[in-house]
Amino acid sequence: MDFSQINPWILALSGITVIATIWMGFRSAKTSKSASDFFVAGRSVSVGWNASAISGEYLSAASFMGIAGMVMSMGYDALWYPVCYACGYLFLLLFIAGPLRRFGAYTIPDFAEGRFDSPLFRRIAVCFVLFIGFFYTMPQMKGAGTTLSYILPGLPYWVGVVVVGAVITLNVALGGMKGITLVQAVQYWIKMFAISLPIFVLLSVYGGYGKNLSFNQSGGPPAIERSAGPAEHARKPLPEKAPKDEAWIAPFGPLTTKAAKAAGLPPEEARPLSLLYTYSLIIALVCGTAGLPHILVRFYTNPDGVAAKKTTMWVMILIGVFYVFPPIFGVLGRNFMPELYNATGSKGPDKVVLELPTLLGKHSVLGSILSGITCAGAFAAFMSTFSGLLVSMTGAVAHDIYGRMLKPGASPKERMRMFKIAAVGVGGLATLLGTQVELLDINFMVGQAFAIAAASYFPLLFMSAWWRGMTMPGAATGMLGGGILALACVTLTSVSDIISKTGQAAALKAGTAWTPDALTLFWKGHPLLRILSEQPAIWTVPTAILLMVLVSKATRAKVPADARMKMLVLHAPEALGLKQEYIQEHQGTGH
Amino acid sequence: MSRKPNDQTDFIHSEEFLRGLMKRQLRLSIACASAFLLLLFGLPLANYLAPALMATRVGGFTLSWLVLGVLFFPYVWIIAKWFITRSIALEAAEVCLAARKNESPSNH
Repeated sequence: MDFSQINPWILALSGITVIATIWMGFRSAKTSKSASDFFVAGRSVSVGWNASAISGEYLSAASFMGIAGMVMSMGYDALWYPVCYACGYLFLLLFIAGPLRRFGAYTIPDFAEGRFDSPLFRRIAVCFVLFIGFFYTMPQMKGAGTTLSYILPGLPYWVGVVVVGAVITLNVALGGMKGITLVQAVQYWIKMFAISLPIFVLLSVYGGYGKNLSFNQSGGPPAIERSAGPAEHARKPLPEKAPKDEAWIAPFGPLTTKAAKAAGLPPEEARPLSLLYTYSLIIALVCGTAGLPHILVRFYTNPDGVAAKKTTMWVMILIGVFYVFPPIFGVLGRNFMPELYNATGSKGPDKVVLELPTLLGKHSVLGSILSGITCAGAFAAFMSTFSGLLVSMTGAVAHDIYGRMLKPGASPKERMRMFKIAAVGVGGLATLLGTQVELLDINFMVGQAFAIAAASYFPLLFMSAWWRGMTMPGAATGMLGGGILALACVTLTSVSDIISKTGQAAALKAGTAWTPDALTLFWKGHPLLRILSEQPAIWTVPTAILLMVLVSKATRAKVPADARMKMLVLHAPEALGLKQEYIQEHQGTGH
Repeated sequence: MSRKPNDQTDFIHSEEFLRGLMKRQLRLSIACASAFLLLLFGLPLANYLAPALMATRVGGFTLSWLVLGVLFFPYVWIIAKWFITRSIALEAAEVCLAARKNESPSNH
């Protein structure tokens, strides 16, 4: 290992973030005592803390590093990611947050069982929580591994995964949900600071956001702007691999026209397909946000429904402000670090957030400190999202599988002990999986998790909260049908991409011409099908809802007998006390 | 409230109350969602139908980039703020209504 390459500032600031996280975990372990503290933070988290914690959990590695990289490599179309990540929350607020909170259950599987009186449905929901959880965990782990090997050149990939996995597993096992709330809230502010400060410094040196975008025009920047400022602050020439200015700044660029381009369609035929791709992407991201289980579980940690709504408002402001910044990294990266276009993935545009501060001088103090801050922010990003996922998955194992299925009569003490054991088990498994995914693309995997959540959880929650006629078979068919269709489509797309990439690489190595495989040829002939398979939300979300309606109508007899009471609990103001009444009745009838 | 737990014939357990409640809540949510979806689905359509207009430069930004990358966020905050104020007021009104009707059951 070459120690001379290590930047002491980067190492120190990242180290402080990790150590502070461990310290907060130990500190909060002293105050987390009851089972309720562990599962839903005692339902007493204040609006400010909870909003910071949700935001901290939400801004993952993909948000912190991935978006900047995507904007740099694909331009305008990639802006939909931050906007929809932030705005999906509005959908949660409008349709789901209030009812879910009033119904009051520890986890989503609790809601699934409570709403339909079906232990079977709880089992299905548990499997889905764990499945989406692991799916979303792997990219976080990958981010941790690649960042640590960036900070300490020469360090193997798995070390970062194991470090982050061990720290967070320890924290969750010690403090549960309550412990993690404090940690995540602090990590939000670390990330916000880490993404905004370097931007303010860089923009003050290289000119404003608008000025930097104005460089990207067909025919080059206007002469006046080109001559303004010192020569070293002029835009650098773009390499061959970079997208052209007009395609990069305009809508329907490289991201959304890929399939149509592969098919060799002329621009006027490609544009409607790009529009379709854009709509499908928007639906996946907005509905997916409203359906991610680790985000939903947080609504139960608010003391009451009004607090839950206020929390969502603050979350939208906190993440909205954050999401203005990553695209600026992408824009600056395009203008001043175009050499990154020559590599791909984590060696190319994906590391623009970590690399950009070095523009201020690789060995200058300011450049080093800013690099250190962005690396610390990246660490906070993997750790906080992984903590949230680990809490929701551990909750599913300890509360739903152990507490409800294996040993329903378990005492709170036993359940707390089980929570700790489950945290270690799930954390270990997630770490192990994380070490195996070095070659996968972060953004792509996050996109898949969103596509699956959008077609399964979102229809389930939306329809269960607003339609009295839902039955358990209807809900299960819709959720599983939508989820499995989305999973099948995204898997088909990614497998086909891997096959064609390995084929191309092999052909290049052998020096022969690449003969496309059957699937690649099929996509070439059918760009519409390729788009519907790569971005399936536009048809899987309506399919899931349709399945729910049709199957529920067919099994009308199975509508829960007390559906009206359940709807009252979901919708009536908490001040009326219907919830307590509902619990009493249920206990009275032997539940 | 001095109700017996199993007395389910009063106003707040009635079909009328539930229907009114859900209808008012849903109407508010749909109104807010429409305002949001108008911009969310309208922007790609504007990009598609009027590319020249959306590429107009405003302070270096293209119009489309300015809307999506910056102005979208405050727009959503305004919708959220409005929804929260209205839905808290709606809940307070529902509680008042339920209390009034429960005290004078002959009125409904």
